[in-house]
Amino acid sequence: MNAEELTIVQLRQAYQSGDLTPVTAIRSIAKAIDSRDPEIGGYLEYDLDTALDQAKKVDLSLPLGGVPIAIKDLINVRGQNCGCASKILTGKYRAPYDATVIAKLRAAGAIPFGRTNMDEFAMGSSNENSGIKICRNPHDPSRIPGGSSGGSAAVVAANMAIAALGSDTGGSIRQPASHCGIVGLKPSYGRVSRYGLVAFASSLDQIGPMTKTVEDCALLMNALAGPDPRDSTCLNEPVPDFTEAIGQDVKGLKIGLPKEYFAEGIDPEVEKRVRAAVQKLESLGAEIVEISLPNTEYAVATYYIIAAAEASSNLSRFDGVRYGHRADISEVIKGDEAVLITHYKMSRAEGFGPEVKRRILLGTYVLSSGYYDAYYLRAQKVRTLIRSDFTRAFEKVDLIASPVCPTPAFKIGEKNSDPLAMYLADIYTISTNLAGICGISVPCGTVPKSGKDLPVGLQLLGKPFGEFDLLKAASAYELG
Amino acid sequence: MDIAKIANLARLELTSEEIETFGGQLDQILMHIEQLKCIDVDRIDATAHAAAIFDSYREDELQSAHSLSQEAALSNAPATAHDQIKMPKVIE
Repeated sequence: MNAEELTIVQLRQAYQSGDLTPVTAIRSIAKAIDSRDPEIGGYLEYDLDTALDQAKKVDLSLPLGGVPIAIKDLINVRGQNCGCASKILTGKYRAPYDATVIAKLRAAGAIPFGRTNMDEFAMGSSNENSGIKICRNPHDPSRIPGGSSGGSAAVVAANMAIAALGSDTGGSIRQPASHCGIVGLKPSYGRVSRYGLVAFASSLDQIGPMTKTVEDCALLMNALAGPDPRDSTCLNEPVPDFTEAIGQDVKGLKIGLPKEYFAEGIDPEVEKRVRAAVQKLESLGAEIVEISLPNTEYAVATYYIIAAAEASSNLSRFDGVRYGHRADISEVIKGDEAVLITHYKMSRAEGFGPEVKRRILLGTYVLSSGYYDAYYLRAQKVRTLIRSDFTRAFEKVDLIASPVCPTPAFKIGEKNSDPLAMYLADIYTISTNLAGICGISVPCGTVPKSGKDLPVGLQLLGKPFGEFDLLKAASAYELG
Repeated sequence: MDIAKIANLARLELTSEEIETFGGQLDQILMHIEQLKCIDVDRIDATAHAAAIFDSYREDELQSAHSLSQEAALSNAPATAHDQIKMPKVIE
């Protein structure tokens, strides 16, 4: 039995039956990584000795006892490198503490194992912005795995991990899950603690599970959700047992189809798969209604103002002083030039990659004197309109169904020189983060492209803290 | 966008090549963003957070379990001296 091919549920059964132990499972996963990851590039590194030490001591009676989880490289795991796939941190920052999600995973018996590749500081939709190495889609290595949690999606899809954690600021869990054919959930804003997550855009970021099945996703949500005294944005909302959503029927559940999400620009094959998935939910008893989210067309512009503004502010901490890359400026400084400013500018110029620089520049611009009202404040007001679209829609429906992205995974390099084209492809996922609601991507078939079958995801969106209904419908679709 | 001015505010040293590439790309992105100017937002409140966030307080007492030791706090510093972070000399 090869542990890496199993789901969380199957791995737990294999432990119970004695077919596997956490030590044999982790060794088997490490072997799979060594043999297959050179082609994919999903992992940045893994620490086998530490994981094996933990595996020997783990309590198998816990809900995730002995389950190794791959971790996106922007979540602090005490004692491990945390590089955000950036040259400014990689090899220069070892996490001195556990993020709350890691502490919670450990308390549930899970073992963090492996650091997954990503777009630098989670900025990107293709993983091409990794400052360390390229990551490829296991279904067609000439294509992108999606991003920014591309490594997490690729290693789960390629059976080099049981499950993984990702983070989602504008689609970064759901979009790579869709492109790699796995399940990925972005929890509601305030559902999961961000303490120990390296911040990109603080009003949008959420950590969430990336798994092989909806049931595994529910199991991880049980461990991750809940308030945290160290993150005041993580709210004290009741946490249900999410696994109880698995296998429940969807009779009478009202699902809305936003007409703006099935408009111009969507690949007809993608649309076919998504509509077929919606029909299946209908045949299982859900009621399908057309709805409208009229401010959808403004979402990309709103998002890229707000996300860039917050990023420029968050990333000011990378100053070459307390941690991270510090430029050697001894050769540059002449006479009484401003030493400190040069120190900052050179350290940041050497450490950050092009997409991060672009977003810092855009964010600094929209926050700068004379432009704040015209861009940032205006975007925050349009955000209110986008959020109201969803509030109104959820008065009529329980869930919303849509595609995750307009096309299947594209070729590596195809959109690299055109950042705007890349941003526009985020149209179906970014409103979720602006509105603070929850969303999931579930595999709903494949589309043939140049001889390969490329996965397509169905996106379901739920009310704030409505993850239970989301998992219920996703599981009904998956099992039905 | 006066990219050299913004780069200075952002504390980023850019090459002339970067100024050219980023300048063109950012102009394109700004053109797309311009569409927000046609929306009437006069009577709309701004949303900073999607959920209502409240200040969270605790007693002002040392929580040693949640605090980094001096050693841990300094462990990632690029240079240290006398239990402090060392910087290039900035004042003559």
